[in-house]
Amino acid sequence: MTALTLRRPSDPGTVTVSGSRRRLIGLVIALIVLLALLVASVLIGSTAISPAVVWKALFHPTDDIDQFAIRDFRLPRTVVGLVVGTALGVAGALIQALTRNPLADPGILGVNAGASFAVTVAVGLLGIRNIQGYLWFAFGGALIVTLMVLALGSTRRGQSPVMMVLAGVCVGAVLGGAGSALELTNPDAFDAMRSWNAGSIVDRPLDLVWPILPFFGVGLLLAFAVSGPLNAMALGDELAVAQGVQLVRTRVLAIIALTLLAGGATAIAGPIGFVGLMVPHVARWIVGPNQRWIFAYSVLLAPSLLLASDILGRVVMRPGEIPVGIVTAFVGAPVLIALVRHKKASGL
Amino acid sequence: MSTRVDFGRRVLVLRRRRFAARFDWRSVVICSVLALAVAGMAVLALMTGSFQLSPGEVVSALTGRTSGLVRDIVVEWRLPRVAAALVFGAALGVSGAVFQSTLRNPLADPGIIGFSQGSYTGALIVILVVNGTYWQLVGGALIGGVATAVAVYLLAYRRGVQGFRLIIVGIGISAMLGSLNTWLILKADLDQAMAAATWGAGSLNGVSWPQVAVGGAFIAVLLVLAAMSSRPMRQLELGDDAAAAQGVWVSAVRLGLIVLGVALTATVTAASGPIAFISLVAPQIGRRLTRSAGITLAPAALVGALLCLAADYIAQHVAPTPLPVGIITVILGGGYLGWLLITEARRRL
Repeated sequence: MTALTLRRPSDPGTVTVSGSRRRLIGLVIALIVLLALLVASVLIGSTAISPAVVWKALFHPTDDIDQFAIRDFRLPRTVVGLVVGTALGVAGALIQALTRNPLADPGILGVNAGASFAVTVAVGLLGIRNIQGYLWFAFGGALIVTLMVLALGSTRRGQSPVMMVLAGVCVGAVLGGAGSALELTNPDAFDAMRSWNAGSIVDRPLDLVWPILPFFGVGLLLAFAVSGPLNAMALGDELAVAQGVQLVRTRVLAIIALTLLAGGATAIAGPIGFVGLMVPHVARWIVGPNQRWIFAYSVLLAPSLLLASDILGRVVMRPGEIPVGIVTAFVGAPVLIALVRHKKASGL
Repeated sequence: MSTRVDFGRRVLVLRRRRFAARFDWRSVVICSVLALAVAGMAVLALMTGSFQLSPGEVVSALTGRTSGLVRDIVVEWRLPRVAAALVFGAALGVSGAVFQSTLRNPLADPGIIGFSQGSYTGALIVILVVNGTYWQLVGGALIGGVATAVAVYLLAYRRGVQGFRLIIVGIGISAMLGSLNTWLILKADLDQAMAAATWGAGSLNGVSWPQVAVGGAFIAVLLVLAAMSSRPMRQLELGDDAAAAQGVWVSAVRLGLIVLGVALTATVTAASGPIAFISLVAPQIGRRLTRSAGITLAPAALVGALLCLAADYIAQHVAPTPLPVGIITVILGGGYLGWLLITEARRRL
């Protein structure tokens, strides 16, 4: 008689430990890459400035013209890239966890549509022409429109993700159509909007960024607070309820976090697509389905993608520059496609 | 003796000697109403313009009982545009239905395989770089769109094409082309950029009989093929494994359906630019009106035609300045789907 051999799974305890050690090492590598990119972003630009001058500009400031370029241009755009990238990455992870749709990006609940429409109105009808003027229009538009989408997609029994996505698509479509009608009949608005729509982190004075930071802080805290319940919800609504998750509260908090993060990022930089869409997919393929790890990786990978794209946009067409929103797709898409072809990529 | 099958809804069964078909009553009623609405909207569009006509004059011109100026206005000037709106709208509706059902995702339309962005890139290069003629524009849009779709399919191919991988590759390629398009628009001078953006919004301006005839012939053939493939489509909606168990050759059928959907959109886009949103919204509206379980083709086609006709009417005659039809389809379709969602949510309380 042949013995029936049962292969015992290796001890679950060690599996988790070695698994999380691997993830931790990955996290440290991602952190080092991000720090290197931060340094590179200050060092590299359309004009060559030696590292010694950069050092002096940061720590022994004088009135030199090169130092001025460092302090007033490269440093702010590096900070803006870091902040905006982080916000977009976490917002993307949130929306994908919430809707379980691989096509969902942070803009899908109306954030981009609301911000764009508000800026179109500010430019086309009110004649506002500078970023200081329309920053708050963009943020306000993003918040109001996401609330509308939330109301449209909700029933008395709570929010269904499919309903919310469809509601977001509808509201986005109506506002987008109205916006392009306004642009195509008003050349000035068209001219202003084509550069805003490209998405850029240049010429954003840091004074403008500081007031948005508290919103980002609240958004990040909320995101990490709901990561546990979101893990449970990945098993299905019924199982999540059985585990004591409050569905409505989790969804509403997640949407508030998402709106603050994506709305703030769009207000500062314009609609930068693809970062929020791609980074959570890549993070999920590295660390598996645990939302906490996905958030942690997104916090590091998204600003890395944004900064790398921004640096590339400065050097490929010297002395001209390509806005970062255009470069991100060219840097990110090949990576995404290679990963989905060669890894056993998981759905949602 | 025959046993009666309870389908859970009222059905209409037609039996002839060599032919039997079963229709859902609600779908039959809704489709008839939609067809009447399409006809009414077409007559209204033929009546309206700087030279106002009565319904009687339109009908007699169409049936060939009048000649002279009224006939010229109706048949030579207005009818090509109305026919284009009707046929193109229906084609877009069916194309979206095919994609949403094949990929089982309500956000899927030919845009996700990169087709719209690719054809826009082709057209932008013709308009901004070559400064070409209408037929060069048609060629540029077709080449750009088809090349993109083929590239996406090949990049997603790895021992078969799986829906999820196709969607991800489509996202990536679309994002790259979208960025390229933004860049081209950003670098062009303002007048040319606005002209290109108008094409990019989708417009029926300057559509004449030769274009409608060529496009219409293609679309007619493709619609027949789509109607023939509605059964395997419904089986694919059950999931790849279940469909395979029922004897569907999943990868071949999926490739065939994707080619069909892209071909429909390609024909429309070549003639009139990428008219947005009909392919996304028409299947969803049709499904909600008929309350069917899956995506069905006939309601999607009729809703698409109605949406496109109504949008072109509004773009020409109601808007303060004439606009590209694509802008109105977006507003109208988005608004109507939103309204349907609200009423659906209320009903489920």
